[in-house]
Amino acid sequence: MNATNLHVFVLIVPLLSALAVNLLGHRSRQWIAPLVLGSLAFSVFGSLVVMARVITHGTISYTVGNWQPPFGIELVIDPLSALMMVLIAVVALLASFSALKSVEQELPGREHLFFTLYLILIAGLFGLVLTGDAFNLYVLLEITSITTYGLIAMGRGRAALSSFNYIIMGTIGACFYLLGTGYLYILTGTLNMADIARILPTLNAPVATATAIAFVLVGLWIKMAFFPLHSWLPNAYSQAPTGAGTLIAPLMTKVTVYLMVRVILSMYTPALVFTHEWITRGAIWAASLAIICGSVIALGQKDLRRMLTYIIVAEVGYMVGGIFLANADGLTGSILHIVNDALMTLCLFLVVAAIIYRQGSVSLVSLQGIFHRMPITMAAFTLGAFAMIGVPPTCGFFSKWYLILGGIEAGHWEFVIALVASSLINAVLFFRIIELAYFGSLADGEHHEHAATERHEAPWWMLKPLVLTAALLIVVGLSTGPLVDNVIRLMIPAGF
Amino acid sequence: MEIFIDEVVAKYNYWIYVVLMMIGFYAMIGKRNLVKKLLGMNIFQTSIILFFVSTGVKKGGSIPIVDKYAGLAGTIDASTIDNPLPHVLMLTAIVVGVSVTGVALAVLQRIYKEYGTLEEDEILEKTQR
Repeated sequence: MNATNLHVFVLIVPLLSALAVNLLGHRSRQWIAPLVLGSLAFSVFGSLVVMARVITHGTISYTVGNWQPPFGIELVIDPLSALMMVLIAVVALLASFSALKSVEQELPGREHLFFTLYLILIAGLFGLVLTGDAFNLYVLLEITSITTYGLIAMGRGRAALSSFNYIIMGTIGACFYLLGTGYLYILTGTLNMADIARILPTLNAPVATATAIAFVLVGLWIKMAFFPLHSWLPNAYSQAPTGAGTLIAPLMTKVTVYLMVRVILSMYTPALVFTHEWITRGAIWAASLAIICGSVIALGQKDLRRMLTYIIVAEVGYMVGGIFLANADGLTGSILHIVNDALMTLCLFLVVAAIIYRQGSVSLVSLQGIFHRMPITMAAFTLGAFAMIGVPPTCGFFSKWYLILGGIEAGHWEFVIALVASSLINAVLFFRIIELAYFGSLADGEHHEHAATERHEAPWWMLKPLVLTAALLIVVGLSTGPLVDNVIRLMIPAGF
Repeated sequence: MEIFIDEVVAKYNYWIYVVLMMIGFYAMIGKRNLVKKLLGMNIFQTSIILFFVSTGVKKGGSIPIVDKYAGLAGTIDASTIDNPLPHVLMLTAIVVGVSVTGVALAVLQRIYKEYGTLEEDEILEKTQR
């Protein structure tokens, strides 16, 4: 193994172990856990090494199959994609511990199928952050989406129907992206992102360029469930098998937001996108609406997992809005929030997985008095909730701080107001649950028989990653300074 | 009116792509039967394939198979040869489309087993009961 190709191995090891899991796991279940955990642990290690190298030596470019770019496919690893690689690897490894347990309970006998899709999904996500080619990005986007459709359809009850709706919406999104890429190809004659960025500003075709940008952005917005296009997300994510939810919810939307950052920064160049006043203004208003509506609808939910899915819709609004503020603080806040939100969502979904493993339901009624039954799980939940609200030592505070600063600097007060309002609504949402979990009964005093007080904590396999994630929320929060200075600042284009 | 018709006739392949795309879009959004939605999705994807393939064609262009030595010597006029790249891209897009259709059909089978129907209204009625 050549150390200079390590980033390729980070992608290929989960892909190959997906095949191995399918073949060997079919014979004996013993193979599944070592293969999944081993390959993901390798990816974590590899991505950390790649990140260290990118920070010290600068951007790595890799030509696949020795076809020179711009004709061949190029993999580009700059500080931002290295950061995303580490994030995906860490989240996937932590989520897989919990998934191994919950899949064993929910899908007995089908574990090898589940983890085949699971590992291909992770490999696809790695591919998405590595690629420097616009068409390659479309193919990888569909690889991740198809595996996600499959994983969601493995759930019980209405999961298949939700998965079908997701297929229809997801395909529309991908086709819009493909159309936009087609327009760009007609305009520039190339599919390499860096090459497009070089040629596009020299053309004098404002209408065609704007059309291409609009198609690609709307396509990605559907894929990331940006507010008016979010209708597929809550059903799909809340009915997926628990093990799939812990991976898909933290990563899919966040990686798509990363793709939007990548497309804006490296393909269109910010100067071209942000000069279209109607695009930026419209996007920020939609983001503000996303934040408010997501938070308000979350208030009306009677199930913890469904509530979290609406919070994801609101969080997507944070990130999209921050990017279109078009200043350094907003962009820093958005990129930082991709990392933070992935960890916060992971933390909360691991809690959901642990509770579902023990008592089968996360409806608000069934959470009464759960603090006494699962103290460690709920302590982690409280930390995750604080991060979502944005309480200072946790990471959620810092990205929100940057976003608010960026909003004030750009003079987009509607966005600032939406951010503050959503923090308040989040506080109401989570304190309601914490109160319910700690003090037991609902306001109307109805008692349920399973509100027993004996301790019945989740298994260690689910607790360990959960405690680690909760700790990461604080560690990442405290290391915001170095993260911004050493990684994110390098990505902010000049002139911001 | 005459200018409009000339415009349509001159670029008829792009107009077909737009019309096909709208048909597919309508079927995906407007139809209540899940199989019809899936068919709409296929029409939608096909329209994009038509769009891409159209972009590679040149007036009077020949097939893109050239003599290697002539190509290396640079004596070939690129404007006489159709651009093969969009066609190659669409091979990949067709594969993607087939995979999505396959997954969707499998999911539809599960829906049918669960509810005994593929009409969206009837399924929603059953889930609310």
